[in-house]
Order: sequence, then structure tokens, then C-alpha cells
Amino acid sequence: MASAYTPGLLVTESILVRKRRRLPILGEVMVEQGTRVSPHDVVARTNIPGDPETINIANHLGLEGDEIMEFMVKKVGDPVTTGEPIARKSSFFGLFKTDVASPVDGTVDNISEITGVVTLRRPAVPVAIEAYVSGKVVEVMPREGVVIETPAALVQGIFGVGGETQGELLMVAESNSEVLSADKIKPEHKGKILVGGSLITGDALKKAGEFGVIGLVAGGIIDRDLIDYLGHDIGVAITGSEDIPLTMIVTEGFGKINMANKTFELLKKLSGSTASINGATQIRAGVMRPEIVVALDSLVGVMERNTESGMEDGTLIRIIREPYFGQLATVNTLPPELQVLESGSKVRVLTAKLMGSGEVVTIPRANVELIEG
Amino acid sequence: MAQNTKIRSILATDCGSTTTKAILIELVDGEYRLVCRGEAPTTVEAPFEDVTMGVRNAVREIEELMDREFQDDNGIITPQADSRKGVDLYLSTSSAGGGLQMMVAGVVKQMTAESAQRAALGAGAIVMDAIAINDGRLPYQKIQRIRQLRPDMILMSGGIDGGTITHVVELAELISAAEPRPRLGIGFQLPIIYAGNKDARGYIENVLGEKTDLRMVDNLRPVLETELLGPAREEIHNLFMEHVMAQAPGYNKLMSWTPVPIMPTPGAVGKMIETTAKQKDMSVVGVDIGGATTDVFSVFADTFNRTVSANLGMSYSICNVMLESGVDNIMRWVPFDIEEADLRNRIRNKMIRPTTIPQTLQDLVIEQGIAREALRLAFEHHKSLAVGLKGVQKVRDISEAFEQSGSGASLVDLTDLGMIVGSGGVLSHAARRAQSALMILDAFLPEGITELAVDSIFMMPQLGVLSTVSPEAAQQVFDRDCLIRLGTSIAPIGTAKEGEHCVDVHVVTSGGKTYDVKASFGSMHRIEIPEDETAEVTAKPARGFDIGKGKGKGHEAKFTVNGGVVGLIIDARGRQPFVLPTDKQQRIKKLIEWYKALDIYPMDILEKYLG
Repeated sequence: MASAYTPGLLVTESILVRKRRRLPILGEVMVEQGTRVSPHDVVARTNIPGDPETINIANHLGLEGDEIMEFMVKKVGDPVTTGEPIARKSSFFGLFKTDVASPVDGTVDNISEITGVVTLRRPAVPVAIEAYVSGKVVEVMPREGVVIETPAALVQGIFGVGGETQGELLMVAESNSEVLSADKIKPEHKGKILVGGSLITGDALKKAGEFGVIGLVAGGIIDRDLIDYLGHDIGVAITGSEDIPLTMIVTEGFGKINMANKTFELLKKLSGSTASINGATQIRAGVMRPEIVVALDSLVGVMERNTESGMEDGTLIRIIREPYFGQLATVNTLPPELQVLESGSKVRVLTAKLMGSGEVVTIPRANVELIEG
Repeated sequence: MAQNTKIRSILATDCGSTTTKAILIELVDGEYRLVCRGEAPTTVEAPFEDVTMGVRNAVREIEELMDREFQDDNGIITPQADSRKGVDLYLSTSSAGGGLQMMVAGVVKQMTAESAQRAALGAGAIVMDAIAINDGRLPYQKIQRIRQLRPDMILMSGGIDGGTITHVVELAELISAAEPRPRLGIGFQLPIIYAGNKDARGYIENVLGEKTDLRMVDNLRPVLETELLGPAREEIHNLFMEHVMAQAPGYNKLMSWTPVPIMPTPGAVGKMIETTAKQKDMSVVGVDIGGATTDVFSVFADTFNRTVSANLGMSYSICNVMLESGVDNIMRWVPFDIEEADLRNRIRNKMIRPTTIPQTLQDLVIEQGIAREALRLAFEHHKSLAVGLKGVQKVRDISEAFEQSGSGASLVDLTDLGMIVGSGGVLSHAARRAQSALMILDAFLPEGITELAVDSIFMMPQLGVLSTVSPEAAQQVFDRDCLIRLGTSIAPIGTAKEGEHCVDVHVVTSGGKTYDVKASFGSMHRIEIPEDETAEVTAKPARGFDIGKGKGKGHEAKFTVNGGVVGLIIDARGRQPFVLPTDKQQRIKKLIEWYKALDIYPMDILEKYLG
């Protein structure tokens, strides 16, 4: 039987998830191999050098760079507080004094006799990396971080915004076609991750933020609604660090698109569980998709992602480009020979039976993805 | 390494962000030819994290197709043992893992910072930012920017040799205060190349020596009138090997397989464009439009320039094309209506599913409209950076007394441009070659007489690195197997009313056919000249038009053109300026007229979308 492999997004009830938790610069790892951790446990921490502030002392005091040393009242390494003089010039037999005051709290980092510039450094900023998911530390990268492993239910979305957060997952839709509109969001949803069907509306995004909802998940979103909510356009596909009060994940794409039934049913089953979610998306080298992770006590059924298995007759697929964008189908045939599309391109295709209508259509293999799990 | 004359077979790979491409070149009847190619997904990222796996898979495809053996447990088998085993030379380029990402710094934005930028771009880097003392940002803003970015390395310049040192030391102090970290290798020091005033070296060492991995090379601007980019570029390549490549998974192994340093992909493409311009003795523009970035290369007046528009591409950065050009500019190339909300959602969906391809003709027309805008913006960017040295006094004769061009004028001269080479999926794999030709014409607006070509399978990177070992082999394969000649365009400069006389073209092909075209303003024409033929062309411009020999009737041009898959294109739509009709119905009418003249799209299918 003909087969082909087209990677898709992982939607699975049970898989072994490994999360690499890494510091931005070297620091201290707080846990040992084998330790069991919860999402908010700090696993590593470090101090990032504080922001520097430069002051041109020579300009302030009307000096050449190489003259400033004799007017400095602080030296490299000295602590300073805001308003405290760091350099002083007296004139007229000490009658007039000109001070240069520190604009920040910190320490003197550098005094340059070439440029006459003094660099002050604000206090170091502590950074702590949390576990993000419940699980066991299976690897310690000395001074860098850890790898945490847990059996989990995992749903990968196609696109998201907003960073890591944890809360109770709550299904608020009856069906995968139901729109997640503002009227579905209630004050009691504060701190929860709400799951809808086909679309997150612009009003729902705003209201969720106002009510303290921490996450929204659905099939699609209208491009304009997202841009209006964010207050800026998205040029390149790197997200996750937006300054917004919630994390949003769409599982299918842009537009109103029913959430794949399998995804919907799994999220419905997980309703009430605590989930770790992350909207960060990066579509380039090192593809990163948004995710919903629900840690489990143990694995049930299938364990590992099987990247060897491919598409074959009967495989469930999602069509990811016009003219059948967003529709689900099953593979009908996988003809080996190239075929000419309406666009004129000669490519490998498959025929697929659309769910619902049962119509058999021809699609380029590049325009479908497996619904994995 | 084997002498050129002894090289019988060459295996070359390019490890791209998503695909690793291998080509096999062999000496066939005294000429180097492409014999076979293979490709496989790149394996730099998890779960594989070893680039050599992708290389082995791509090479294995060739092994299977050729029924030969090129690799064993130790890597690629060199030299060639017999007709079935091994190759004489193995080479590779790489842009995997985001390629080479640099920050540059200079004292004066328009002078040393610009020179540093040109040095970095020419070496194949993406320039994340160019910091300068006079760039309009406050010191704390510059420091914050340096801290945010995690480049692979920084190239720093400033001052002429023997000049003032204060400003360049100030720059070093800004960098030192920011405590910059490298992108790869958490515990490593950031490499910094200092290519500024040599008198400041001691001070720079004091400021940055302990905190960073500091290298000193010759000044980029030893005197104001001279730009010396070679030593800095060489050091960038060394550091690329030592730091970036050495950090990337599996590269140490890959480096041990090849006797020639692994080049950054765009650096290798630039090398090939440079070699081509030199060998053909003409000005050349090359463009590579990818998913994330668009690189433009040019050689004008013997000066090579490369720019990379880091956020203009056809998948990952496609939304940025929409953002920078605006929806209206994309839609001006599209002859049918589509709701803006629908268009925006489609473009976003292409961004998040970058490997999809247009199935409908409607989708293809839209995608090619976006490509025109991405190419146009990238070329604008290139023209603004490919300039002569600024701040240099210029001796003017009396004829230039009233010109205000001054120093720093763009080197890009479209009337002098001999050839445009396009590559990247949207150009190389267009359903009809004429579509590629029209996209290039619309985006670059070449003037006068210009040859058009596309890279058939994007092998310019491999040929670029090969040209460092054997320019002859690289050029032979480039001409015979890499380039697909589309044809030649004749685009008179000038403007007139629709339908007025623009140019007369008389063509006699080597196959004995004769064509006479009287082109009116606003029209396009295509004359087929088979690939294996040439043609003698005489073009007589009408009053007010210029095809590169001067304005008006007396300035006819006689020249020979090579055939091509599209042939000779007469583009009488006007230049300086080229304007599309503002009236929507009129614009659509003209677009369709041009499509028909060049046989761009199947009209019977397009009709159903025209409404």
C-alpha cells in the first residue's frame, strides 16, 4: 500500500513529555536528578547583571576625559544611591562646587579616562526558572538547567500568543463548531483556561482579559481581531512574549474553523484538569508550536510519537490550504505519479474523501497534515 | 588537496534551514557537469541534533540513484577510488540554525558603520542591527538593544588610522556596559572583531579584552577614501567556523569531512554572482527569495554588494511583506477581487503552514503578487545600501557641476545592468517560466536591455564554495546546468500616452526567422527564440524614449541575444516612472492584456475568477 509521511500536530491522550528548562546565562540549578517537581517549583536561578547607565562626567564638568580621575569621589566597585555625588569640581577656592549626582542606585562599573564617561550598574536582576509542568527531573545540565519528564496528555496548537501559564482547563462549548464569544465568559472563570469550538471572537479576548481568564483555546481566530487585541501587527512568526494578560492558542488556523473532532473530544475529556499551556510559536529553524500539557500519573496506551508511520488509505487528515482549507478528510488513494494542479504546478497529490459531504477531491500532498496521536 | 586538473568528481552539500541538498558534479567529456542531485530534511534540530544525518541522507539518495558508494562510517569517501566508489572532493555550505547572525558597530552611521555592515553582509551574515555613535539613539537605548540581541558575533569599526580614538573607545565602552552574550554556547564569550583605528587597539583591549573573545584585524577604513573589507570578512568566516559551526550539533564532524572551510550559504551565493560578473564582464543582480529572508546581490562597476532583507520572505516572513507593502500594493498585481479579511487570513495561514503550495490559480496569482512586493522592497533596500563611500570628496568636472548626486550615490545603475538571476521557490518553481520573467520585470524594473535567468534547483551555494577551489568547474556547471535562461527584456526608458509609438524591434534568429514588432506605449510582446539559438536584434526607440544608447530616434541599438525558455520580451510599459493605471477596471484590463501577450496564466481557468 502506498504511504507518505506528512508531519502534523500532536494530539494525544498519553505521551512521555520532556521539557528542557534552561537559564539565559549560567547560574545555579536548584534541584537534583530524580526530584519530583510541581509547575511553580524553581528549578534554576541566576542573577542577570543590572542595566547600565552612562554619564559623561567630562561634559558635565567641562573637562577632558583624562582629567576626570582627580574629580571623582567614587571609584570602580563603590556602591552609589540615587542623588549621591559621584564627581565634584570645586572652583573659586572651594567657594563654588559642581556635583554630578548618580541618577540610579547601583555600583560604579567603569570610569573611562579616554571618553570621560562613567558607567553605573543597577543591581542585578534575579531570574528564576520554574518547572512549568509537574514531573521528575531526569537530567541536570550543571549551571544551565534541567530536563523534566512526565507522562501527559498533549495537544499542540498551530498558532498562539502569550507565554507559559497554568490553570484549570474548562470546556465551555457544546460542539466543535460553537463560537467562543464574549457571552460565554463569566466572572467565575477567573484563573481558568477556557476551551471553545470554532472561533475566538475579538470581544471574547477582551472580556477574558478583564475577567482574569488566563487562557483561551479554539479552532481559529480572525486575523483582524487578534491584531486589534494585541495593538500591533505580527510580521514574522515568533510569538510568546506579548504583553497581554492571557495566553491564546488556536488549533486549526486563521478564520472560523471547527476544531478537529479528536482535539475537541480530548480537551472535553480533560476539562477540569490542571493544564500547563504556552502560546509561544516559532515557525523557522527549530519549529515551536503552542501547547496544552496535562500531566498524568502514568502513561496510558500509546507512549511515543511514531514519526515512521505515514499516511495511507483511510488516514485521517486535515486540509490546510484553499480551496478546501480547514476541512477534515480521509485519505482515499495515494497515486505515485505527479499530477498537474489547476495552478499549473506538477506535484505529488492524494485523493481524499471529505468528511461530511463524502466528496472525493484531489489535493497536493504538501497541503494536508496528519492528525497525529 | 587535489589539483584542479585532477578533480574528477565533486560532491557538494548545502545544509539549509529545512532541507539539505546534495549535488554530484563530474568531469564528462572534458567538461564539468551536474550528474545527480538528492535532498533530505536538515537534522540540526531535535530530535536528531546532528547535521551529518541529513547530509548522509541526501548523499544516500544520490548513491541509490547512481548505484554508487560515496560514504562509509568515517564520512564521505575521498579521493575517488574507482568509478563506483568515492569522490575527489567534498564541500559544504550551511545556513542551518538561522545562519550567521551579526551585529555591527561604527562611529559614524553613514561611514564606518555602513562599511562594517557591508563587510558583514558580504560575508553572508544577517545584520541584526547597526549601532553608531550618531544613530540618533541615546546611550541607554543602544545598550538595551545590544543586551536584547544575542548575535553570533559583533564587528566593530571606527576612525581612520591615526585619527581620533575617543569615539571608537566610547563605542567599545557601550558594548562592554551591555555585557553582550552570544546566541549559542551559554558559557562562551562573545566574539568581537575590531576593525577600526589601529591606534585605539590598546584601549579597546583594555575595555573589551577580558569580557569578550576579542580579535583585531586591519581597519575597514584606514583612510577616508578607501574601504578595506577583506580582512574583516576573512575573520568573520574563521569565527563562523570556530564558534557558530562548532556550536551547532554535528558540525565538528562535518568540518572534518571537508578540506575546504564550510561557507555560510549566502556568502557562497555571493561568491558565485561575483565570479559570474567577472567572467561575463557585465553588471549582475542576483536575488534569492526564501521563506524567511530575501538576499539581493549585485556587482556594479566591479563592486560587489549583498544585502539581506531579514524579514521579507514567502512563508515565515510573509505577513511582514503584507505589513511593509500594504494590502493595496499586493492587490495591484491581482486581476480579481478578494475580500481583505479573506486575503489576510490566507496570508496568515501560509505563515503558520509554510510548506503548503497554491492549488488554485487564484492562490497562485495572489502568491506571485506578494512575491513581486517582497522582491521590490528587497531591491529598494539593496539600492539604499549598495552605495559609494560617503564622506569622500569627489572631484567634479564642469559637466557634473549642476548634478547633486554627491558621494554615497547608489551604485545600482539599471541601464548598465546586464543580467538578473533569480532563485528561491517562487521564482525557480513557478508553474510557467514566463511567470518568473514577469515577476522579475515587475519587481526590478530593468531598463534598456537585460538578460533574465533563474537558478533551476538552487545550486548556487554549492557552486559558490566550489568556485573557491575550481572557478572553472563552478562556472561550467553554472552555465550549463544551473542557470535556466529565460530570455532578454527590452525596456525603453521614458513615458507617453497609452497607445503612442514607443519602440520598433527587428529580430533575425539564427534559425532563420524574422520578426518585426512596432510596440506602442503600455504594451508587452514576446518573441520566441529557442534556447539553442541566438538572435540579432535592432531596436529603434521612438521620440522621447531611450534603450540605453540615448534618447530618441537616432539612438538605435543593435545587439545579439541568447535564446531562452521565454524568449525576447519587449516591455513598453514605460520606465522612470513605471506606473500601473489607478483606475481599477483599467488596471485589470492591462494586467490581462500583459498576461495574454506573455502567455503567463491559462486564461480559460483565470476567467472563472475574474467575475
